[in-house]
Amino acid sequence: MRLAGLLMLFWLYAGQALAIDPLPFADAAQEQRFRDLTAELRCVMCQNQSLADSGAGIAVDLRREIFELMSSGRSDDEIKTFLTERYGDFVLYNPPIKPSTLLLWFAPFAILLAGAIFIVVLLRRRGARFAQTGNAPVNDSREDW
Amino acid sequence: MLQRVLPLLLFIALAGLLYAGVRLSATRDPNVLPSPLIDRPAPEFNLPTLHAPEQSISRADLLGKPYLLNVWASWCAACRLEHPVIERISAEGKIQVIGFNYKDETADATRWLQQFGDPYAKILVDRDGRSGIEWGVYGAPETFLVDATGVVRFKHVGPLSPDVYREQILPRIGVTP
Repeated sequence: MRLAGLLMLFWLYAGQALAIDPLPFADAAQEQRFRDLTAELRCVMCQNQSLADSGAGIAVDLRREIFELMSSGRSDDEIKTFLTERYGDFVLYNPPIKPSTLLLWFAPFAILLAGAIFIVVLLRRRGARFAQTGNAPVNDSREDW
Repeated sequence: MLQRVLPLLLFIALAGLLYAGVRLSATRDPNVLPSPLIDRPAPEFNLPTLHAPEQSISRADLLGKPYLLNVWASWCAACRLEHPVIERISAEGKIQVIGFNYKDETADATRWLQQFGDPYAKILVDRDGRSGIEWGVYGAPETFLVDATGVVRFKHVGPLSPDVYREQILPRIGVTP
């Protein structure tokens, strides 16, 4: 039983090892660059994983392609362009700022700003009432929220 | 008065936003990537054919007539599901169907065709998936519609259905179903 458990464990780790295909990196710096780049690219098959983490067949192929582009001296931006020309902006975890992504990039800030304005207006109004009566605002049910 | 209804209005606005999000993912499969190749020239290729590996077919060889490029493989279960639809499209003869044998073994692919039938006018072989990357292929089956001038007009991810063929593909080549 214990042996079976141990074998199971080995089997699990073997799967992990297979997901990381050995590539002949020139040096540690290149390997680090490769890791950083693939971590910010999204796997097209399994969209909740980065290209670095995915064991899907297409991810292995794309890693090989990226490695070869890198070895032939292409910059990170050129590699990203190569991928977006074929698979679209979906492969980028950081989508570029352009008209169709303006809402995506700036809506959170707009909502935050709207909330801030709302709170400032609310507090000013309360402050004004406080100045009028000289008392702290009465905590009636209307203002509970 | 406004202070009383404001929370309700905010709640309704938020609920509406979430509902729109749910509706959006119901009409559009989030696993399907929109292809950036649409309305752009098909990528260059020069690939051996399955039945005669010493012959190869390039992008230029296929110019002049629209075609469907059907990405399939013997390891792909959904391709088997799709196979009768491809056979019918091919038999109808309104558009030629080119096979794109993706990351497959020649022996397996040949056996698959013998077993289920070969609906393809020609079959290109992409053994290592390299040409597939040029097309933005990320699985099988996938189907591209390329027009007579070599421009990609439409892409379908997953098994092709008669509905997609009638409503998406035929109108794009100017044929009324």
